[in-house]
Amino acid sequence: MEVIMSNKTILGIYSDDELLVKGARQLRDKGVKIKNVFSPFPIHGIDALLGIPRTRLAICSFIYGVAGCSLAILMMWYMMIYDWPSDVGGKPNFALYMNLPSFIPITFECTVLCAAHLMVLTFLLRSKLLPGVTAPIPDVRCTDDRFVIQVSATEANQNDIISILKQTGASEIK
Amino acid sequence: MVLMAIGLAAITYGFTTNPHRMWANLLVDNFYFMAISLCGTFFVAANYLAQAGWSAVIKRVPEAMGQFLPFAGVFMIIIFFAGGHDLYHWTHKELYNPASPEYDKIIEGKSGWLNMPFYSFRLFLYFSVWVLLTFMLRRESMQEDLDGGLKHYNRSMVLSAIFIVFFAVSSSTSAWDFLMSVDTHWFSTLFGWYTFAGLFVTGLTAIALIIIYLKNNNYLQQVNENHLHDMAKYMFAFSVFWAYLWFDQFMLIWYANFPEEVAYFYARWNDGYKILFIGNFLINFICPFLILMTRDAKRKMRVLQVAGTIILFGHWIDVFLMVMPGTMGKDWGIGIIEIGTFLGFAGLFIWVVLRALSKAPLVAQKHPFLQESYHHHI
Repeated sequence: MEVIMSNKTILGIYSDDELLVKGARQLRDKGVKIKNVFSPFPIHGIDALLGIPRTRLAICSFIYGVAGCSLAILMMWYMMIYDWPSDVGGKPNFALYMNLPSFIPITFECTVLCAAHLMVLTFLLRSKLLPGVTAPIPDVRCTDDRFVIQVSATEANQNDIISILKQTGASEIK
Repeated sequence: MVLMAIGLAAITYGFTTNPHRMWANLLVDNFYFMAISLCGTFFVAANYLAQAGWSAVIKRVPEAMGQFLPFAGVFMIIIFFAGGHDLYHWTHKELYNPASPEYDKIIEGKSGWLNMPFYSFRLFLYFSVWVLLTFMLRRESMQEDLDGGLKHYNRSMVLSAIFIVFFAVSSSTSAWDFLMSVDTHWFSTLFGWYTFAGLFVTGLTAIALIIIYLKNNNYLQQVNENHLHDMAKYMFAFSVFWAYLWFDQFMLIWYANFPEEVAYFYARWNDGYKILFIGNFLINFICPFLILMTRDAKRKMRVLQVAGTIILFGHWIDVFLMVMPGTMGKDWGIGIIEIGTFLGFAGLFIWVVLRALSKAPLVAQKHPFLQESYHHHI
C-alpha cells in the first residue's frame, strides 16, 4: 500500500526578529521549505531568505504612469484644442505643441494620480487584501510583539525542524 | 597635464583672437567646476548633519573635490576684476550718470546690490568662508584617521552646520552675482534654486563617476553596488528636481508674458540658441529619467558612466546657456576656445582632485559609521 506523506505545518514563535532570521537561515540551509513569516514590522533581508522574487509592481507603475500621461494629454487636446479652442492670456489654442507648457502641470498630476491609485489597487488585488477579507494569520500575537515562522514539514523531517527551532530560541512551537 | 596644456593654449589663443568671448568662456567653465567642487563640500556637510552612515566609505571623494575651491576662487576674482567690463554690464560707470546717454534707470535701481565695493566684498566673503570650512572639515577628517573617537565627528557636525547655513544663503546670492547679473535687467526669484539644483546634480554625478573610475582601477573595493545604487538614486532624483525648477521658471515667465521677464527666454529662443535651449531640457531631464529609471540600471557601472557623462555634458550646456546670451548675444559659437577651455579646466580639476585623493587614505580610517557603511545593503 502506498504511504501517504502527511504534510503538516509547524509554527515557530519567536520573541525577537534576530532569532527568527537565524532560525530561518538554518532551516533554509537544511533545505526545508519555509511557507511564510509573520511579523509586526518588516524584517530587513527576510524576502531574500524566503526566496521571494523581486516585485514587479514597478513595471505596473510605469505602465500606469504612461497611460495616465497619455490620457491627460488626450483629454486636454480634446477639450482645449479640438472641441472648444479659446484664447487664454493671448495664447490662442491652435495646436497642442504650442500650448504644451500650460498643460504640463495637469499631465503631471494625472500621471501621478493614475500611477499611485492603480498601483495601490494592483497591490491589494495581488495580495488578496480586499475589504472584508479575514487576515490569514496563524497566531494573533504576530500583530503585536511575536515573530512567527511557518514551516511545512513531513513525517520524516519534523523532528529536525522542531529541534532547529528550539535551538535557535523559539519560545513556543506549535 | 596634457589637458591643462591644451587649456592653456586655448586660453592664449582665445585672448589673442577674441578676448570678449574668452572671458565669457572662462566664466562658464570656472563656474561649472566651482559648482562641482562646492557640491563636494556640501555633500560632506549634508551627510554629517543627517548622521548618514552609508556614505562614510565614499566620503574622501567629495572631500577631495572641495579642494578645487581655492583655485576657482582665484579664477573668479581674476575674471571679475580683469574681465568684469566684458561680462557684467552693470560695472560700467556711465550707466549711473543721469547726464550720460548711456544712463540706465533700471540698473541704477539695482545699484544697492550691484556695486563695486559690495560685490567685491561678497566675492571675497563667499570664497573665504567656503574655502575655510572646506579645509577645516578636511583637517578634522585627517585628524580622525589618527585619533579616532567621536571628538572629530562632533566637531565636523558643528562645522557642517555652519557651512549649510552659510551655503543656504550664499548658494542663491552667489548665483545672482556670478550668473544672473550677466543679464543685468532681468531677474528671477527662482534663479538661485535653479542654479543650486544644477550644481547639486553635476556634483553628485562627478562623485559617482570618480568612484567608478577608482573602482575600475582597483581602488575603493569596499564600495559595492548598493552605494552606487544610492548615488544613482541621487542623480535620478536631482535631475528630476532640476527639470522641475527649470520648468517652473520657464512656465511662469512664458505664461505671464511680461516683457522684462520674457526678454531672457526671448534671447535664448531667437538668437540662435534654440537647439541648445531645447536640447538642454531633453539631455538633462529625459535622458537621465529614462536611463536611470530601473533598479538594475542604477546598479550597473557601465550604465552609470553613460548617464553620468550625459548629465555632465548637459549641465555644461546649461551653464553655457546662462552666460552666453547675456555676454556674446548672437556672436556665440562652440569652437576651439570653448572646447579647449573646458578641457583645460577639466585637466586642472582632475589633477587637483586626484592629488588630494592620493594624499590621504581613500577610506576615512576611523569614521564612527565605517562598519555600517561597509555593510550597507538595500
